[in-house]
Amino acid sequence: MQHVAFFLFAAILMIAAFMTVIARNPIRSALFLVLAFFAAAALWILLEAEFLGLVLILVYVGAVMTLFVFVIMTLNIDVTEKQRGFVAYLPYAIISVAVLLGILIYALGSFSAPPDIHLLNGEGYSNTQALGDILYTQYAYPFEIVGVLLLVAIIASIALNVKEKRFNKAIPPEQQMTAKRENRLRIIKMPSNKKI
Amino acid sequence: MIPMHYYLLLAAVIFSLGLLGLVINRKNILILLMCVELLLLAVNMNFITFSHYGHDLAGQIFVFFILAVAAVEAAIGLAILIVLFRTRHSIEVDALNRLKG
Repeated sequence: MQHVAFFLFAAILMIAAFMTVIARNPIRSALFLVLAFFAAAALWILLEAEFLGLVLILVYVGAVMTLFVFVIMTLNIDVTEKQRGFVAYLPYAIISVAVLLGILIYALGSFSAPPDIHLLNGEGYSNTQALGDILYTQYAYPFEIVGVLLLVAIIASIALNVKEKRFNKAIPPEQQMTAKRENRLRIIKMPSNKKI
Repeated sequence: MIPMHYYLLLAAVIFSLGLLGLVINRKNILILLMCVELLLLAVNMNFITFSHYGHDLAGQIFVFFILAVAAVEAAIGLAILIVLFRTRHSIEVDALNRLKG
């Protein structure tokens, strides 16, 4: 049963990843990547990492890929004129990637797998609780740093995309504070005109 | 029980596919960003596999942080992409020669 699930989702994952790479239309590529994330989440849940599997679906499919699709829709790229240089690099790419994959498979072949001890976690075990227990104690500082990093991302993406008005008439507050009465108001003595 | 090899092989294949996409897609930065996501997915899968078979939750904590950093990277990358498209009216990799690098 577990094998069936593993091979099913592994096949989906590999096909979806392949289609992500070779798809001509970026929107199709993004949707195949969503499918790949779903399959990967299923595999992670099979590995008893339930929390991370669900986080992958929520954060990636729910937020990051939505952002990707949003940007693709916004940019309105011309689909026909892209991917012209697709074939030019193909031989080198395939050779180098095949060499890398061969090395990885060779390394895994000589890798002596540990005996499958694999104690299934007990009845009342919660992956989320176990992660939270060490995330908020042992890894509290990295967790806070990640929070700061997300804040930096928010500020950076807003600052990159804000459109400043070229001729803005508003005066900055610090200049308003330094304004004196003498700069603005001039009192002129004039003789009054009495004879009419 | 599924042997550990299978997961590691699957992650190696996904990583290679992502790398292939990085090399052959020279036209569209969006697809390059998506291929980076694929690479990160493969790395995360390795982490979770070792965490599962090694009975150590540190791997899963690391995956959690990688997910957060990858989300940050995607957000800033797409923001830069939009600015780039606004100034150059193109997101082709080969068109990015303003710095004459």
